[in-house]
Amino acid sequence: MEPLYDLATYTGSVYPNDTVIAWSVMIVIYPYITGLVAGAFTVSSMYHVFGMERFKPVAQFALLTALCFMIFVPVPLLLHLGQPQRAFNAVLTPHWTSAMAAFGYFAAFYMVLLTLEVWFMFRPHFVRQAQQQTGPLGMPWRVLSLGSYDLSEKAMSYDHKWMFALAVAGIPGAHGLHGYVGFIFGSLKSREWWSSDLMPVVFLFSAVISGVALLIVLYVLSCRLRRVAVDLACLKGLAYVLWGFMMFTLVLEGLEFSNIVYKGREGIETIMEYVMGPLVVPFFILQFGIGAVTPIAIITYLIWRGTTGKALIVGVTVSAALVLFSVLMMRWNVVIGGQEISKTGQGLVHYHMQLLGREGLLATIAVVAAPLALLAVLVRLLPPWVDQATPSPRAAAQ
Amino acid sequence: MNDASKDSKTSLAARRKFLSKLGRAVTYTGAVLGAGTLGAVQNVAAKNKPGAGGESFPTPDYDWTKHRWGYGVDATKCIGCLRCVEACKRENDVPGTANHFRTWVERYVYLEGEDKPRIDSHHDPVNIAASGSQREYRFANRYKDAKVEKAFFVPKLCNHCTHPACVQCCPTGATYKTKDGVVLIDHKYCIGCAYCVQACPYGARYFNHEKQVSDKCTWCYHRITKGLQPACVEVCPVGARVFGDLNDKQSPISQFIRNNRVRVLKPESGNAPNVYYVGLDKDVI
Repeated sequence: MEPLYDLATYTGSVYPNDTVIAWSVMIVIYPYITGLVAGAFTVSSMYHVFGMERFKPVAQFALLTALCFMIFVPVPLLLHLGQPQRAFNAVLTPHWTSAMAAFGYFAAFYMVLLTLEVWFMFRPHFVRQAQQQTGPLGMPWRVLSLGSYDLSEKAMSYDHKWMFALAVAGIPGAHGLHGYVGFIFGSLKSREWWSSDLMPVVFLFSAVISGVALLIVLYVLSCRLRRVAVDLACLKGLAYVLWGFMMFTLVLEGLEFSNIVYKGREGIETIMEYVMGPLVVPFFILQFGIGAVTPIAIITYLIWRGTTGKALIVGVTVSAALVLFSVLMMRWNVVIGGQEISKTGQGLVHYHMQLLGREGLLATIAVVAAPLALLAVLVRLLPPWVDQATPSPRAAAQ
Repeated sequence: MNDASKDSKTSLAARRKFLSKLGRAVTYTGAVLGAGTLGAVQNVAAKNKPGAGGESFPTPDYDWTKHRWGYGVDATKCIGCLRCVEACKRENDVPGTANHFRTWVERYVYLEGEDKPRIDSHHDPVNIAASGSQREYRFANRYKDAKVEKAFFVPKLCNHCTHPACVQCCPTGATYKTKDGVVLIDHKYCIGCAYCVQACPYGARYFNHEKQVSDKCTWCYHRITKGLQPACVEVCPVGARVFGDLNDKQSPISQFIRNNRVRVLKPESGNAPNVYYVGLDKDVI
């Protein structure tokens, strides 16, 4: 028998070419990773731009997290492309009417911005290391210090001006990049499930919650590994941010879904069949029930009861882990869901994820794990932690 | 105190010098990259111009500014023999699988007592089972025991739209609209992102897993520029498929549009398709 390329099973009536799910799990992971970048950057900006002192313990770590994930943003795309060696064609000869054409520029701009901000932030560290370590081991630090060992007050205030400017520019940069990813889906008129004006905003808000949730999990984990106390004021602040942005996200997602149902355009019967059938587990149970309602309930309870100490840490961390899962499911339900509803509006296609291969499950796990591995190395080279005083009860109660 | 300020000044001067060097380096690199990019842009733009004197065009005496191709389908004539599908697959080296088609035929069957038609195509497992292979195309006689009220076939293919969503969304310009109205793909330039596959509301595009690029019907551009008909039109035994030059008032397609009340698929998409249909039904997808 001839090879059946990704032939998906289907029900109802579908176009023959529509029985291949063209955008695989890699395109699920791609917006997930960019979202984590945008969210982590948001947390970093809350301290560096808006001066929210309680986020100081994670501000530098957030920036490193954003950098590590940003480095791997192109990877799922390259794994997905049929001709990855031609990827730069989109940058060399951008076809400006395409929503994808500017991606290379946006991503490159933001990557440079992130790198610069991290460089300014760790310049004193580079200089100190360059001065302390002689010989070959000091070489990388001497290169990174770019020949300037000036840590005078004047130089530092100059650096701070740059960092502030970069952090300010990074806010539209990070959010623009991710809103733009939402536009790639929302601007397509061929699929009712994607074709929504709210799509970029939904992507953006869910990005923020995923990034905040990631920081909570990584920060608590790092505290355990470093055997230091978790800064409860910071953790609670992150929980507040998570709670607030989750409300926005849920309202927006609700509005988007209501619009599809209420407008009830052609093919709505099939969409409803999808919603009531294959979508029950991935959306209603996993994304909404376990991933959104549960953490909101937990965090609400923690805030209401003024919980503190270990219970707060466990509660917020578990909630954050659930939110991370919820946003992953949201990406899945948008990207895969959109393709599972056939363009005919009269049939459903079923996606089966492969295990092996460049767009398989194992490759996906590797792509998600790679930024974490890089981060584990990077925090050793560029320690982002501020002093670890145990927070006063007053600070924790805030 | 003085020393400190002197140090700071020296280091500031050193920093300025360094920054100025860096600035120059960036400018020169930028200029080289810019020039390179411009060259590349011109290269790609060039393919959208008519072949100069036919030199670079595969067909020497063909002038694409003198034609405007159009396609017609008379669904009332189609008998579902699927010779068009087979001819297309052979002519255009389309992968021999059940989910890669440049043209396909849909069957609509209204059974007695049912409101909605049953729609299938040759990629349906029942039809593949009837032919015995996904490389052989048949419509199984699956409704022989049912009472059929109405039934018809609808051939489908790329609509070569006037405002193609696939061309709009291509990030590299690898897919483009020719001057004679055909939407083509440069397989040597396509990066294989499949965005165009997603954007086409008609399901006319597929991802060619053998070539790892997007693919679709070209109206047999290699044939029509030599004065031949597309393969599917050529083999249709009942004249259900019509092709010609819209600029020529006596061409088969001009007469087809003039003599019939035609319509297009999914006009609400705004893509302005250029495949004109006769004999469609309200339930055609």
